[in-house]
Amino acid sequence: MPKLFNVKKYLRMDKMPHIWCPGCGNGMVMSAFLRAVDTLQLNPDKVVVISGIGCSSRITGYLDFNTLHTTHGRPLAFATGIKLANPALEVIVITGDGDATAIGGNHFLHTCRRNVNITLIVINNRIYGMTGGQYSPLTPKGENAATAPYGNIEPELDMCKVAEAAGATLVARGGTSQPVLLEDLIIKAIENRGFSLVEVLSQCPVYYGRLNKKGNVVEMLKWQKENTVSVKDVNKLAPGALKGKVLTGVLAAHYRPEYTEEYEKIIKIAQGK
Amino acid sequence: MIRKLMQGNEACAEGAMKAGVDFFAGYPITPSTEIAEILSRRLPQAGGKFIQMEDEIASISAIIGASLTGFKTLTATSGPGFSLKQESIGFAIMTEIPCVIINVQRLGPSTGAPTLTSQGDVMQARWGTHGEHTIITLCPASVEEVYYLTIMAFNFSERFRTPVILLLDETIGHLRESIDLEKYDHIKILNRQKPWVSPDKYLPYATEAGEPPPMAPFGEGYRYHVTGLVHDESGFPCTGNHAAIDKLLKRLNNKIIAYLDEITLYQEVKTEDAEHLVIAYGAAARSAASAVALLRREGVRAGLLQLQTIWPFPEKLIYQKSLGKKTVLVPEMNLGQYAGEIKKVLKDKTLLVPISQIDGQLLQPRKIMAHLKGEEKHA
Repeated sequence: MPKLFNVKKYLRMDKMPHIWCPGCGNGMVMSAFLRAVDTLQLNPDKVVVISGIGCSSRITGYLDFNTLHTTHGRPLAFATGIKLANPALEVIVITGDGDATAIGGNHFLHTCRRNVNITLIVINNRIYGMTGGQYSPLTPKGENAATAPYGNIEPELDMCKVAEAAGATLVARGGTSQPVLLEDLIIKAIENRGFSLVEVLSQCPVYYGRLNKKGNVVEMLKWQKENTVSVKDVNKLAPGALKGKVLTGVLAAHYRPEYTEEYEKIIKIAQGK
Repeated sequence: MIRKLMQGNEACAEGAMKAGVDFFAGYPITPSTEIAEILSRRLPQAGGKFIQMEDEIASISAIIGASLTGFKTLTATSGPGFSLKQESIGFAIMTEIPCVIINVQRLGPSTGAPTLTSQGDVMQARWGTHGEHTIITLCPASVEEVYYLTIMAFNFSERFRTPVILLLDETIGHLRESIDLEKYDHIKILNRQKPWVSPDKYLPYATEAGEPPPMAPFGEGYRYHVTGLVHDESGFPCTGNHAAIDKLLKRLNNKIIAYLDEITLYQEVKTEDAEHLVIAYGAAARSAASAVALLRREGVRAGLLQLQTIWPFPEKLIYQKSLGKKTVLVPEMNLGQYAGEIKKVLKDKTLLVPISQIDGQLLQPRKIMAHLKGEEKHA
């Protein structure tokens, strides 16, 4: 069971109801994020949450922190400016799969590479929801979308592999079907002194679900649960049982120097100290 | 007096340091790169931050983010990069986040001629980002003016909570001249107003008497929302409230237009008794100054109105200075981008002579003189 706490103290309750459709996973991710904030006892005055454009990026309007709703695809670039300017701030970016990996792909690569101490939570609903269900880089091959009426011919991107290859120091994947695990992953990501990615498998019953006949929310979450495997259980599986399954948990953890700490050294060198 | 031989781009970096810049993010591009190179050395010496971002869009995004923490921020680019930054310039206008954007103009469109001079981005500076908006654009004509106007760009940006564009051209960016660094020590360095109310009473976009709203840096207890969506005084979206949308967009315009006299910077040479007035900006104004001096020597009553602020358009100033003149000549290194605006003011009362050059070379004084004497036909 997720722990009980007063979620309202972190929310701008006067901005409710939110704009998300019934059954959307965004609220579940918001809840897991706020439990993580509460567990870590972060000072809300020092927390900056930044989002891009899209359904999930509307999250910043509801969170009672310093919040910044930026341009499409650029939240990591804004975040880099904020974190480098004031490293004492806890900088968290929450955005969607299209924003992070398509239009924002370049910033994604280079924020990983710099290892700036930012936590990126990507809510992956496998589709552009706000504009009405077009395919994103995370839409699986063969699936339907508003702009792929005959099926999507593009292979999907594994953003976790990309993040690790590009230099992110903590890479994790969770899902809305496992909220306790998700909270734990977000805690680990915020605690990591470096760039962290938490990819969150989520559901869009209204567009992705409907266009691909995935059933209702319960069925979509059940599907997600049945098709994910914890990295901890990989060794226990029978040969071939991993086929078609998506791994969850902490997928990569490395140590590399953090960008803003390295820049502090540059200031000392420049000042001859 | 401290005289120093300096390049225009170097004077820009030094002017920024004088204005108190804390943060630079940029991407290498000819002919502006020296500004980034100099600031990568100078900023950390002063405890500031420099970062070379992955692209032009990331650079403008990073300086807007850094500005939200209370920093004075700057980016520098040229035409192609300026085009890429336009969406985020609109974001800074909409969210009222101060920052300075330097565009050292090169010849376009497209890759064009990276090392050749041009004034082709005059209208891009004015209308580059989408939607109805007003923007401040300054345009220096000497290395000393680069230093001075960089300071003023920061001051206007802080004072009016808006992005300010400094439009250099390749000629001015790479020109080397001796300048007096102490000449501008008297300029008061302005800083954005912080809120005086407690966080629970803070409305981030509430204004008094048309002044820009006070700005709380992120991280100091004023937790608020910043969005590029239309928003009301609370900062939250108001897409369904047409009266609030109207109020916001008009306020963003009026907070600048109401101070047009304060923002309009210019120089003039022998305008009072002039029969023929040259109106120019940037490197073309330098040639115009030479042309006016040479014409006077020949007994021709020519004068120069040199605009240092080109946007918002100083309509009243241009109207007054043109009154009673026989001809108004507008030399520029484009096909008459600014002359078209001046034409709207003159109507058909005064003969307007646009003098255009788009071959990547500096427009020469003799070309202006030839036009005035009727030796060269104008369009």
